[in-house]
Amino acid sequence: MTYIQIKNLSKSYTDVKALNKLDINIQKGHLFGILGPNGAGKSTLLKILSTLIAPDDGEIYLDDIDLIKESREIRKLIGYVAQEIALDKILTGRELLDFQADLYHIKKSKKIERIDFLIKQLEMESWIDKQCGTYSGGMKRRIDLASGLLHIPKVLILDEPTVGLDIESRNIIWELLESLKSDGMTIILSSHYLDEIDKLSDVVAIIDGGKVIDQGSPSFLKSKLGGERISLKVREFSNFKESEKVKEILLNIDGISQIVVNKSQGYSLNFVADKNIDFLSKLKVELAFCKFEIFSLTQSQASLDDVYLQATGKTLQDAEIFMTGKRDLKKESKQSMR
Amino acid sequence: MELKQDNLSFLFQETYALTKRLFIQLKRRPSTLFAGILQPIIWLFLFGALFSNAPKDFLPGVDSYGNFLGAGLIVFTAFSGALNSGLPLMFDREFGFLNRLLVAPLSSRLSIVLSSFLYITILSFVQSTVIMLISFFLGYGFPEFFGLGIVFSTLILLVLFVTSISLCLAFILPGHIELIALIFVINLPLLFASTALAPISFMPHWLGWIASINPLTFAIEPIRTAYSSQVNLDLVALNAPYGDLTCRNCISLLFVLTIISLLIIRPLLNKKLN
Repeated sequence: MTYIQIKNLSKSYTDVKALNKLDINIQKGHLFGILGPNGAGKSTLLKILSTLIAPDDGEIYLDDIDLIKESREIRKLIGYVAQEIALDKILTGRELLDFQADLYHIKKSKKIERIDFLIKQLEMESWIDKQCGTYSGGMKRRIDLASGLLHIPKVLILDEPTVGLDIESRNIIWELLESLKSDGMTIILSSHYLDEIDKLSDVVAIIDGGKVIDQGSPSFLKSKLGGERISLKVREFSNFKESEKVKEILLNIDGISQIVVNKSQGYSLNFVADKNIDFLSKLKVELAFCKFEIFSLTQSQASLDDVYLQATGKTLQDAEIFMTGKRDLKKESKQSMR
Repeated sequence: MELKQDNLSFLFQETYALTKRLFIQLKRRPSTLFAGILQPIIWLFLFGALFSNAPKDFLPGVDSYGNFLGAGLIVFTAFSGALNSGLPLMFDREFGFLNRLLVAPLSSRLSIVLSSFLYITILSFVQSTVIMLISFFLGYGFPEFFGLGIVFSTLILLVLFVTSISLCLAFILPGHIELIALIFVINLPLLFASTALAPISFMPHWLGWIASINPLTFAIEPIRTAYSSQVNLDLVALNAPYGDLTCRNCISLLFVLTIISLLIIRPLLNKKLN
C-alpha cells in the first residue's frame, strides 16, 4: 500500500537544480533509505517532506493528504530530525522535550509519561537535566531524535542522523529505528553511509543530481548486478591511461560485463563475471600479451557502492569529493534560512 | 465550535511554551535584565548631576531635572528592550532552531510573534517599575494610580510598536551582526532626538521638529504627565512647532503608529512564517 507518493518533484535554488522531476513511492511501515552523496538533493527532498520548504513543481501525498496544501495536517503526522542539530543551549534536555511537547499540544498528563519513556529508551537518564550546551554530538542527536518522536508520528523523517556519531550513539539509534519499524512506523532515512542504508532499509532510492537513478530493496539492487563482483589491479597505483588500456582488453573477453574504472581505488577495474564462463585463463593470457601483470584480483559480493558505481560510473566517495568542491556551504546556509 | 476552542487552548499552550523558553533563558543569563536596569540608573545619576544647576524655567512643569529625566529613561529602557527583541528570533533563524518551530503543527504561527511581545512587555514592566522605585527613593516622585495606568498603557503601545519593527528586521536582515549594527545606529540618535533629555524649547528649531514627530516623544510626554500632581489627559503635554499636543493626542498618535506598524509587518511575517 503506497503511503507516500512523490510525483514529478522539482526544486531549484538560485543557480542549482536540487531536485529534478523526482518520483518516489513509499509503502506504509517501510524504512525507506535515501542514498546519495552530499549535494545530491537528499536534504532538499526531506525539507520539502517536512513542510519546511515548498517545491517549485510536483505533488506529494501522505496518506492521501496533499502535503503542499494541507501542511498543518501533515505536520501532525510527521516527526523531523534535521541534519543540523539545532538545540537551545540554555535549556536542559528535559526542558527542551517539555517545550517541544507543548508545540505538539500533548496533554500535560501524557507529556511527562512520554518524556520519561523516551529518556529511558534512548538511555539519556544520566545527563537529561544538564543544559544542552554541554552535550556531546551523540547526546545532541539522541535528544533531537527524542524531540521528533514525542508526539508518536506516523512518519519519521531523518536527515543523516548518524553523521559524526560515536559507535555507542550510532548503535542506540540503529536499535531504536529497528524497533520503531517493527512497531509499524514509516521511516524515511537519508544517509551517505552505505552500511547504514544496507542494514536498515526495506527499500532504497539512490539519488544523484536531484534524480532517482535506481530504486528497490538493497538485496534486489545488489542481485540485479548479477554474476560475481571482481576488482582487478594491474599495478598497486595505476593511472587513467593504463586502466583504459586494460578496460579495452576486458571488453574482448567473454563472460565479463559492466566494466567500470574505479578512480578512488587506484584506478582498479571493477566488473561482473559470468559464473558459468572461465574468464580467468583468457584474462591472464590477454594481459600477458599486452605486458600487464595481475597485481591483485579480488572477488566479492555486490555492495550498494557497486550499485552506485554501476549507475553513476563513480563511487559514492568520489561523488562526495566532487560535490564538496562544488558546494558553497555559506550560500546554502543563507538559502535555507527563513 | 469545539475545534475553535481547541485551537484557542493550543494557541495558549504554544504561546506559553515559547514565552517560558525566553524567561528560562533570561533566568539563566540575566545580564540583559540587569544591564537594562543599570544603564538608565547610571544615566539618572550622571545626567541628573550634569543638569542639576539648570535654570528652573528651563524645565516645564517640574522642579528638578531628575523629575524631568525619569520619564525619558523609563521610555528609553522599554524602547531599548523592544528594539533588541528581534535578536532571539534572529539567532533562532541563524542556528536553525526556528525550523524546529516551523515543522511543529502550531495552531497559529502568530504564537512565535505573540511570545516575543509578551516577553518584552513583561520585561519592560519589571525594568520600568525598578527605575520608578529608584527614582522615588531619590526623591523624584511616583505616579498615582491613574498615572500608573497611563505609564503602563503607554509602555504597552511603545513596546508593540518597536517590537513589531524589530521582529520585522530580524526576518529581513541577513544576520545578527547587521541587526546589532542597525540597533546601534537607531538607539541613541532616537533618544537624543526626543524630549527624553531636554524639552523642545531648549532645542534648535530643526531638532524641535524632529523631536515632535519622534514616536519616543509621544511616549515620554504622557508618562511625564503621569508624574505630575494633577493627571489630566487633556492638558497640553507637548508644545510642538506644528501645534500643541495634549496627553490624549500623544497616546492616540502612538496608538495609530502601532496599528500602522502591525499592519505593515503582517504580510511580511505571513510570508516568512507560512
